Amino acid sequence: MTKRVIEASHAIAIGAKLTRPDVIPMYPITPQTHVVEDLAQFINNGEMKCAMIDVESEHSAASAFLGSIAAGSRTFTATSSQGLLLMYEVLPIVSGMRLPGVMAVANRAVSAPISIWNDHSDAVSARDQGWIQLWVESSQEALDTVIQGVKISEDKGVMLPLMVCFDGFTLSHVFEQVDVPDQKTVDKFLPKFSLKHKLDIKNPKTFGPIGFPNSYMYFKKQQQDAMITSLDVIKKVNKDFKKSFGRSYGSGLLDLYKMGDADYAVLGMGTLCGTARVTIDKLRKQGKKVGMIKVRSLRPFPEKELQVAVKNLKALAVIDRHISLGQEGPLVTDVRSAIYCNDLTVNGYIAGLGGMDITVKLFEKVFSDLEKGKQNGSWLFD
Amino acid sequence: MGAGCLTERMIKGLSYEERFVSGHRACAGCGEALVVRHVVKAAGPNSIVVMATGCMEVVSTPYPETSWTIPWIHGAFENNSAIASGIDAALRMQGKRDETNLLVFGGDGSTFDIGFGALSGALERGNKFTYICTDNEAYMNTGVQRSGATPFLANTTTSPVGKAVHGKQEPKKPLPLIVAAHGIKYVATCTPANLYDLHKKVKKALATPYGSFIHAFSVCPVGWHTKSDVAVELSRIAVQSRVFPLYEIEDGVLTFTQKIEKEKATPVLDYLKVQGRFKHLKPDEVEKIQVYVDKRYDFLLEIEGKKAFDTLF
Repeated sequence: MTKRVIEASHAIAIGAKLTRPDVIPMYPITPQTHVVEDLAQFINNGEMKCAMIDVESEHSAASAFLGSIAAGSRTFTATSSQGLLLMYEVLPIVSGMRLPGVMAVANRAVSAPISIWNDHSDAVSARDQGWIQLWVESSQEALDTVIQGVKISEDKGVMLPLMVCFDGFTLSHVFEQVDVPDQKTVDKFLPKFSLKHKLDIKNPKTFGPIGFPNSYMYFKKQQQDAMITSLDVIKKVNKDFKKSFGRSYGSGLLDLYKMGDADYAVLGMGTLCGTARVTIDKLRKQGKKVGMIKVRSLRPFPEKELQVAVKNLKALAVIDRHISLGQEGPLVTDVRSAIYCNDLTVNGYIAGLGGMDITVKLFEKVFSDLEKGKQNGSWLFD
Repeated sequence: MGAGCLTERMIKGLSYEERFVSGHRACAGCGEALVVRHVVKAAGPNSIVVMATGCMEVVSTPYPETSWTIPWIHGAFENNSAIASGIDAALRMQGKRDETNLLVFGGDGSTFDIGFGALSGALERGNKFTYICTDNEAYMNTGVQRSGATPFLANTTTSPVGKAVHGKQEPKKPLPLIVAAHGIKYVATCTPANLYDLHKKVKKALATPYGSFIHAFSVCPVGWHTKSDVAVELSRIAVQSRVFPLYEIEDGVLTFTQKIEKEKATPVLDYLKVQGRFKHLKPDEVEKIQVYVDKRYDFLLEIEGKKAFDTLF
């Protein structure tokens, strides 16, 4: 392992390189672009043996990703925002064909108005398309989660594509110290890519047939079963990762901060969790029993683990960096559904849309709401 | 496959081995199914097929059945070329590229319209595959809607014949020429009435480095409102009336593979009159189509034998 101060995008690119993909279809979009630029440079420097396909759209990036995996090659790609939305049609086709692969998503708001800045609207709105979604908080976690993601995605009991979601700009363009794993350790951790079902002239198979009403639903049931199986796989891979690399991220599904004796807690995803940690440290000095739940795995959603995590809380605030317009933040909906039997006050807050800052001051307001017994969340404008 | 019984029926010189086998649900008299069957017959066993959404995907793969004895993949309507780009790259990385033929099928909706960008991108990138556009001149799978390939004045459900407007008002997109302008080495047209020609062209296309393209005339009895036994005969009339010219563009030079002199050409009326989609035409409209067809053919005659397209690969 080597300690280096690098940009999170570069960390993702290094992570991808360490997983030895055969093929990377790529299309540029801010703020993801640094990832594929770095990978292109690695390839042209001769540092990695990989085919980059410079496709003409994200729809084609997702489609080439699909084709390459189906042909039996480990494949990586990255996108963001409108790019992910353009890929949308292909997302359930990749997962429906049970093709494993990792895509990094630099989370960015969606138009209109056009915004290149961070929120979670892109990936959260794609949560129902059969991809595992792991959300990361730091550059280190971003790099490590690409490696973990490949292992989870390719697990024979899972066989689902996986998104590594990292906040655009707020993380993607931030320089931090990162422990870069060495290739040998990663090679030991990751098995070689092998698919039981692939496009093979020696063993012909039909991919993507038409499913009539008597079969379609069975496919979906199997995907759901695989998602449920992946809950344990994500936890196991996170544990195994610690053995090999000395680091892990909570349980793999949730990452709890000072929750042991907490009365009040906030729950969120991505970089806002870092700000929450700072706020909690500050409030703890004032004697307040506060904590944080970071949701690392949005899909599959760790319902049971969450029920245990909130057991002793008096109230919980959920921070959504996305709004399901006409309803509420999707994360708070998921949380309420998961802990329905816990009889706990859950306030949903909408924050940080289109890159608006989520500050310590805002978290202090949220904790103060909870302490005062306020029963409603609100929009947090910085 | 029971080879014995099929040998009796095989056409001299063409393989009796089927890769798109019987039992599929294509309509009686489907010209597209005939094209697909012969393309994969010509391509040989070491082939992978990528197919766009459309009739052929629906009729050939009702889960858990399949008509395909070679690897086959379908993703969506507009991304067959992009999926093929991924397969091409993966095979190259695995060292299996040379031993594998990559065939990409799309109907006219997929190729002329919704998947055109993906096809253009893949050709520009030099991805190696043979693209076969099975053109039945409308969105047949969804119920005969107008596409960029629908011919002038044809009746479709979205270019219907009404009192004010008489069918499609615009010409057909000249796709093979647009594809040739990408600088690829091989573009050809074919019909299921000219099987030796079709087989020869598929083999030539597959032997081409980088991308190659075949535009296949594909009669749809349902959408064209014809009898179900006309696909081959109508394909022949299409060539003889110069409605569907048979040619190759090799290294940027167009050569007719069956040249029809104006004096010997079948009148376009003979082609139109057996199809319900043209039954609304008045004599002056038939004449307009005759002039239109002649103009298009004249253009091809003008560029015949010349380096009309630059080759970039």
